[in-house]
Amino acid sequence: MALTKATMAEKLFYDMGLNKREAKEIVDLFFEEVRTALERGEQIKLSGFGNFDLRDKNERPGRNPKTGEEIPITARRVVTFKPGQKLRARVESYVGSDE
Amino acid sequence: MTKSKLIGAIAQKQTQLSQKDIDLAVKTLLEQMVQSLENGERIEIRGFGSFSLHYRPPRKGRNPKTGETVDLPEKYVPHFKPGKELRDRVNKGGGYRVY
Repeated sequence: MALTKATMAEKLFYDMGLNKREAKEIVDLFFEEVRTALERGEQIKLSGFGNFDLRDKNERPGRNPKTGEEIPITARRVVTFKPGQKLRARVESYVGSDE
Repeated sequence: MTKSKLIGAIAQKQTQLSQKDIDLAVKTLLEQMVQSLENGERIEIRGFGSFSLHYRPPRKGRNPKTGETVDLPEKYVPHFKPGKELRDRVNKGGGYRVY
C-alpha cells in the first residue's frame, strides 16, 4: 500500500483534530505550493527531507523506440530531488525488498 | 523557497487555521512521508510524483584520506519521479531561474 494524499489528510484529522475538509485542503495546498514555486523556477529546500532542484537540459538526439526514426529531444527543464542527509540515513538500513 | 516560506505561503491561502497549526501540519506531513519510506512504502501523489526506494548493492569503497579499501554494505536510497502535471508545468514555466 502506498502513502497517498487521502492517508495524509486522515493523519492530520486524527493527530491534529483538523476537520476533514481542512485536512484535505492543507495537504492539497502543500503539494500545490511546491509545484507553483518550481513552476516559477524556484528551488525548494525542505530541511530533514530534501531539495527539489531544477535542471535545464539541452536538446539532444533521440529515437522513436517504435519506428526507430530519429527525432530530436527538445531542450527542457526538469525537476530533480536530492534527498537530505537525515532522510538518506533513515532509509538506508531498510531491510526487505518490495522494489 | 524554504520550509518556513512554504508554510507562510500556505497560511496566506488559507483563512481558517493559524500559522502555528499550518506549521505543525506541514511538519506532520513531512514526518509521515519519511516514515513511509523508512518502512519501504512508496508515496504516490497524483499530479506531483512518486517517491520510492532504490536498492544499491554492496560495493568496495575507498577511504580518500588513507587510500584504504572498505566494504560498503548494501543500502536503499530515496528516489523521486515527477508526475506528468509537475513535469509539464515546470517545463513551460518562465525561462529563468530564481535561487
